Formats: sequence, structure tokens, C-alpha cells
Amino acid sequence: MIRFILLQNRQGKTRLAKYYIPLEESEKHKVEFEFRTHKVIYRRYAGLFFSLCVDITDNELAYLESIHLFVEILDHFFSNVCELDLVFNFHKVYLILDEFILAGELQETSKRAIIERMGELEKLE
Amino acid sequence: MNPFSSGTRLRDMIRAIRACKTAAEERAVVRKESAAIRAAVGESDNEYRHRNLAKLMFIHMLGYPTHFGQMECLKLIAASGFPEKRIGYLGLMLLLDERQEVLMLVTNSLKQDLNHSNQYIVGLALCALGNICSAEMARDLAPEVERLLQFRDPNVRKKAALCSIRIIKKVPDLAENFMNPAASLLKEKHHGVLLTGLQLCTDLCKVSEEALEYFRKKCTESVVKALKDVANSPYAPEYDISGITDPFLHIRLLRFLRILGHGDADASDCMNDILAQVATKTESNKNAGNAILYECVETIMSIEDNSGLRVLAINILGRFLSNRDNNIRYVALNMLMRAITVDAQAVQRHRATILECVKDSDASIRKRALELLYLLVNESNVKSLTKELIEHLEVSEQEFKGDLTAKICSIIEKFSTEKIWYIDQMLKVLSEAGNFVKDEVWHALIVVISNASNLHGYTVRSLYKAVQTSGEQESLVRVAVWCIGEYGEMLVNSTGMLDIEDPITVTESDAVDVIEISLKNHTSDLTTRAMCLIALLKLSSRFPACSQRIKDIVVQNKGSLVLELQQRSIEFNSIIEKHQNIRSLLVERMPVLDEATYSGRRAGSLSATIPISNGAAINLPNGVAKPTAAPLVDLLDLSLDDAPAPSSSGSGFLHDLLGVDLSPAPSQSGTSQAQKSGTDVLLDLLSIGTPPAQSSSFSSDILSTSQDNTTSSGNLQRLSSPSMPSTQISSAAGGSPIMDLLDGFAPNPATSDANGPVYPSVVAFESSSLKILFNFSKPPGNPQTTTIQATFTNKSPNTFTDFIFQAAVPKFLQLHLDPASSNTLPESGNGSITQDMRVTNSQHGKKSLVMRIRISYKVDSKDILEEGQINNFPRGL
Repeated sequence: MIRFILLQNRQGKTRLAKYYIPLEESEKHKVEFEFRTHKVIYRRYAGLFFSLCVDITDNELAYLESIHLFVEILDHFFSNVCELDLVFNFHKVYLILDEFILAGELQETSKRAIIERMGELEKLE
Repeated sequence: MNPFSSGTRLRDMIRAIRACKTAAEERAVVRKESAAIRAAVGESDNEYRHRNLAKLMFIHMLGYPTHFGQMECLKLIAASGFPEKRIGYLGLMLLLDERQEVLMLVTNSLKQDLNHSNQYIVGLALCALGNICSAEMARDLAPEVERLLQFRDPNVRKKAALCSIRIIKKVPDLAENFMNPAASLLKEKHHGVLLTGLQLCTDLCKVSEEALEYFRKKCTESVVKALKDVANSPYAPEYDISGITDPFLHIRLLRFLRILGHGDADASDCMNDILAQVATKTESNKNAGNAILYECVETIMSIEDNSGLRVLAINILGRFLSNRDNNIRYVALNMLMRAITVDAQAVQRHRATILECVKDSDASIRKRALELLYLLVNESNVKSLTKELIEHLEVSEQEFKGDLTAKICSIIEKFSTEKIWYIDQMLKVLSEAGNFVKDEVWHALIVVISNASNLHGYTVRSLYKAVQTSGEQESLVRVAVWCIGEYGEMLVNSTGMLDIEDPITVTESDAVDVIEISLKNHTSDLTTRAMCLIALLKLSSRFPACSQRIKDIVVQNKGSLVLELQQRSIEFNSIIEKHQNIRSLLVERMPVLDEATYSGRRAGSLSATIPISNGAAINLPNGVAKPTAAPLVDLLDLSLDDAPAPSSSGSGFLHDLLGVDLSPAPSQSGTSQAQKSGTDVLLDLLSIGTPPAQSSSFSSDILSTSQDNTTSSGNLQRLSSPSMPSTQISSAAGGSPIMDLLDGFAPNPATSDANGPVYPSVVAFESSSLKILFNFSKPPGNPQTTTIQATFTNKSPNTFTDFIFQAAVPKFLQLHLDPASSNTLPESGNGSITQDMRVTNSQHGKKSLVMRIRISYKVDSKDILEEGQINNFPRGL
């Protein structure tokens, strides 16, 4: 299962942080490659690092693929996403994430389904 | 109504924060905003509540405290509109977690929202519950979630499924309620629902054995069929990732099959075909395909034995190893590491590819590959692998050399069958990466060389050649210096030439050159220089023609700021200058170093403090050679040839090599062995002793004066050669060589008084638990008899009972033992036992006392036996 997901830029500024297990505040600010007994899978897109902390027995390659799917969804939703989109619309990013991952597990694998769902939610605002 | 489109305040705040140039400015902006939000919270400002909370979330993300906003979340969740609830739940998930008490207050709102008529609001509540619910909330809300697993909208069903996972993890007792609804999710066609349903079933199996049995019986076939369907499905744009339909679903299905098949032959049998299909048919040119293959391999390795499939799986990993993607090579190495335990033979087939990975440009891949390769080494492949690894050592990156060298050395030591191979490989490693080699490794090499008597010439010549080209590798230089010192004449005379060698011509002066260069090299450390000095001393005798030159080199260090070097050079100079007659004796070859003892010490399996242990003899610093577990017959039969075995220790090894014992001159006026014993002391001074009885100094303190050790072994040596002509040595020569040698630095020899000598007390025996002190006195007019009072002190925290002390002496001595003062020895030195004994020395003046002792006692009714040999009696008893 995913323990937490982090999105940071090259300066280390956090753009998104979601924890699926409770962590101490102090722990939230330090991420090592082997975090406790888990592993961190990360992938870089331009200046942004997407990191997932997962169980040691999890499939790294699958999580790499899911990071990519998440990025594609963001890209589609913001049409050519850039860091500033994520900064000013951070609450929407969280909303997308909640449709993609829940309780530390993948919830939906269809890009179209998530984009449609976001459209429906936007209408309710 | 939308707080983010109508008002611009959130946007403004983000802009203001982004505009800050320093951390201090940012803090100021955040402080101002936080204060404004606090004020709004106090006034219960409904209009801007969700906007304020949105701002708080941003501030929280930057790492500032936001706890004061927690209650605002609850208020927003309790509001009626979707936008308020949305921000409220988002805030709840970000600002709070399951450990906060406040969370309990939200249970009621959650319950209402789970039953809400608007399915989007139900979705929000499920999402929040799934991400942060506590055990209590899980119990309270489980029925709602369970019901939602059958909700008409698939979006709610999948959220409910994941939410159920959190609930059963928090409260495993609830698992049984979720088994049936979870099983029905597996029949779904909707990918999201099937995916989450599979995950729920997987987690149910983890918490409940009952669930596992249930799913194994009811669902194995349907899951196999689902995998078949998705694997064979035609192109589906919605789920397609690089040509594969929904790899995530593939992976979930494979994972679940793994759990069902593990430990169950029937279920494993049922999935064999589809696993073989996935393993063979999946495209492996993209990450998505490889992710499926990876999962498939994992599943094949964990289900019940099917050797055909396993070979297939390991071959997939072998293919991964040559993939261009670093990640794939990395995971393949990790998995192969685990696969070794399952099928080592199949992994062996990929050895060549793994070896290639050791040369990878990625550091973590190299490291993994090296670890894996290390596990693959066996007798049959060790030579070729070592060769490859050593070749790679030449081109590997600096930071990798340490790891690589350690592993190569370990392989060589573990698998070496012939000494020549061992020596050859070690020399190669030392020449390439001598600076990365640990001390134990080259110490061990010297021990091996010392034992390989037929290879001495070959080794010293190889080292001579190696040091010409790799003089910067310090451990190579040390080994070379040591060997040239020991076997220098073999280098020059080409003794013991092997067929494989090319003849080389080395003059005596060339050999001295090597040592001189190493000694003067500014990068050489103290150890190397000290070894150089000793080698020079040895060569001064082996190469008489170079003696003057060597003396000149040695003398240059007389002014060294390092005490050790200064002292050595003064002493050695003195030996070269004034003691030609004994020099050749002094610098004889080191006795063969005992391999078993050395390796035992390295392994740390021997401890001098263990009362009874199996292994070689240990020399304690107090001069008691302690033959462990020696049979009683030994104890009583102190035969003359039964001298303590020479021992060298790991830690003391270097000191053995440097041999430092600053023994004060023994004073024995009028004794015929004076000079002989003087020589003994000198021999010890260099620790190159010829006598087999030589017990080298165990003490790591190089300046410690361990008179007892040296003199007593001298005695033993004399014991073994009682026919030593006494006329050979004049008494005047007694103390003088040493006086000269130390150039007046030696402490004044104690003057002995023939009439009523006073003998110092000695610690005759000391272990971790026991100490024995001997006091000596001589009855007037009977110089042959000595009265010894033994005092026993208990150092351990336990009382010793049934304490018995026994002693045995060789035939030239007579021993009379008086009863002990007590047989109970109180703990921690709170009292002692004394026991008197009388020893009569029939060869008084010729031989010194020696004694074997055995002490038995009980601690907590457990029998303990300690034994030892006492060699450190004062002279003249």
C-alpha cells in the first residue's frame, strides 16, 4: 500500500503531500530513500519530483507506471500542466488524487473516468 | 459561491507568498494571514469559512502550524452545501489524522453523509473515512460502508471497497462481515470496482485465515478467468497503457492469485496455464509490460512448486538484466537474490549477465549485482569469477573499489584451495587496490605466505615486481617489505624458482632500494615505516655487503619525531654496530605463524576471559599460558618439551611483527645462563625468536614491560636444553649487551642479595573471574626452598564454593601444598583465601620455577574449571 505521496519541486518545496498513515510532524519533513522499512519510488517530470512511499514487497514498476498515469491525468485536466497550475489549484489536485488513490490503494485506472468524474464535481461548485 | 473563483483572496495570498524573497518575509506574510484567519474563526465568520480553510491548507503545506483550523473543518462538514463539505473534508484529511481526539466529533456527520441522497457527498464521506478513520470510527460506521458495497453507482462501490480495507485493518474482527460482499465485487466487469474489490479480498486474506479459505474455494477459478479475459482482451483505449490493457488490473489479479496459490497445490495447479501464458505472451519492451512480468514472476515463485514455470520466471529475470532501463535491472537483481533460495541452479545460468551488471554505470545496480554474485560463487566458478572481478577492479570507479575489494578478498579467502592461487590473487588485489584492503586481509596474507614454505621465493619475487609498478598501494608495500625482510636472500639468489616464473635479476642493493624508498615515501604511515626499519635490520644480516648502507639509512631516523621510529633506529643501529656476533641469530626468520590460531582470533571465537573454551592456547598478559581444556594428564605431566605453543593474535599480530618488548635486564650475577638469557631478551626485543617456546607479546601496549613473558620463555628454552655448556658464557657478559643496546636507557638492574633476597609478589594467574597472587619468601640457609603464599581473590559478582586449588611441577621440583584457609571465596573481592606451599628446586640456580595449576569451584552449583601455567616466577627461586 502507499504510505504517502509527495510532490516537490527541485528546490524541495512541497507542492502536494498526502499521508495515508499517520506520521509525526518532524518525520514529514525528512524523506530518505529507504524510508523506515518501506521504499520510495520517485519519478521526475521537468522540475517536479513525484515520490511514492510504498511497502517493501510492492511492485516498483507498477507504481512508476501509476505515477505516470497520475501525471497524464493532471496534464489532461489542466491541459499542459505546469508547476504554477498545481500551486494555485492545489485543492483541485487533491481532489483528483482522491479520485485516483484512496486509503493508500489505486482506485481507478481509467484516465477518462477520472476526468469525467472531475467534470461532474466541478459542476457542483 | 465558489470561494476560488469569486473571491481572489486565496490567489492573492499564494501570490504574496510566492513573491517573498526571503524566508523571513514569507514567515511575516503567513503570520499576518494566520492572524486574520484566527480572528475570523473567533467571530464565526460563515461567509469566508471555506476560503479561510483553503488558505490554511496552503499554509499547512508550507509547514506552518494550523491546528487552530481543525474545528473549522468540522463546522464546514456539518454545513449543507457540497462546496463547503468538500473543503471541509479536504481540510479534515490534511489537517487532522486518526490520532486527534477532535476526530470523534466528526463521526456523526460522517454517518449522515454516508446515508446522504447525493452520491457525490457519499463519495466525499467515504473518501475521508478511507483516509483517516480510527478504530472506533471503523466500528461505528462499518455497517454503512458494508451496505455501500452494493450501491448502484460504481464510483461509490469502489470507494466503499477501499474504505472497507481501512476498516478491516483497523478492526480485523470485522473481516467476516465483508467476505460475502467482497466476493461479489470480483464478478464485476467495471475495472475500478474489480480492481478495488481484488484489493479488498487480498487484504481480507491477510487478516483472516477464514477469508483466505473462503476465497480460495469460491473465487480461484473466477479470478483465473478474469485474468484470462483481461490478458486476452482486444485493444481498449480507455485502459490501454503502451499496448497493454490495464496493467494495474493484471497486477492486482496476479497478486491475489499469489495469495490464493501460496501453500495450496490445487489452487496453484489451477493457475499454472494462465501464468505461463502471461509469462510468455506479455510484451517486454515497455515498463508496463515489465511490471506485469515482474508480478508474474513473483507469483510463480511463491505458489506451489512447478519447476517448469520457475525456470521460465528466472529466465524472465535474466532478460530483465539486459534491459536498458535501470529500474528494471535493479528489481531483477533484487528478485534474483530471493530466487537463489528457490532454484540456485537456474540463477547460476545468468551469472555472466549478472557479472555485466557489476560493471554497470549505476551505483546501486553495481552494488546489488556484486552482492548477488557473491552469493553465486562456488568451488567450480570461483577462479573465473575472481579473474573477472579483479580485472574489473582496474577500471571500476574509486567509490566502488572498497566494496569490490572487500568482496573479492572474502571470496578468495573462502574458496581458496591452493596457496599459490591465493597468493597470486591477493597480490593482484593489493596491486590494484591495496589502499582499500582492510588490515586483517593483509595480515592473513602474511600468515599464509609464512606457511607456504615452498613459495617463499616465488612470493618475494612477485612482490618485488608488483611493488615496482604499484608502489602507491600501502598494504602491498607492507607485505612486500615484510617478505623482503624475511626472504631477501631468496629474492637475490632466485631460490625456489617455479617453472611459471620469468627469471629476474635483483641485486642486494635493489632490494634495499625498495625498502629505502618505502621508508622515505612521505605517504607511508608509521606502521609501514616501522616495518621498513625491521626489514632493514634483517637485511643487514642477510646482505652483509649492504650493511654499511643500511646502517646509514637506519641512522637517518635517529632524529625522528615519532618516538617509536626514533627508538627503533637507535636500537637497531646499536645492533648493527656493536653486536655483529649475535645479529644473525637475532634476525633469523620468523617462525611459521600458526594459521589456525590466527583465523580463530580473526573470527573472534576465542576469548581470553572464558574460563573453559575449546581452541588453541591463549597467552594472557600476565604470563600465564593457558592451555584451554587441557586434559588432566597434561596438567600433571609437565614434560620438558611441553612448552606453550607459539601464538600470534589478531590484534597483537602487528606487534608480533614489530615485536616490542622493553624488558629490563635480568639480574643474575654469577649465573651461567646470563648471556643466553640476555639473548633471549634481545630475541624478544625483535620478536623474531627462534625458540618454539617463544610466546610473543599479547599486550597491545607496545611500551609495556612484560618481563615475565620473555624471561620465562627463556627459561623454558633452557629447560629444553639443559646440556648448554656453562663455560661458554662469561658472567661479565650478563647484563652488558642490553645496557649497550639501550644506550643507557634501560632501568638499572635490580641488585640481588644472595643472603636474604626479597622477591616481588607476582600475579600468577588472572582471568575474568579469578586472580591469584603469589608472595615469596625463602627460609634462611636453604636457598633451594621457597615458601609461596597464594592469595585467591574472586572478581566476579558470584560466590565460589567448593574452591580447590591444585598445582603440578616438573620432576626437578618438589611441591608441598598446605591446606587452604577456606573453600568458599566471597564475591567481588570481599575477602580472599590463602594457601601456603613449599617448593624445593633441586636445580637451584640453573632452572627457574614453573608450575601448572588447576582451580575448580562451583558457581550457582555449576562446576567451573580454570587452568593455567605459571611462568613468571621471579628469577633465582
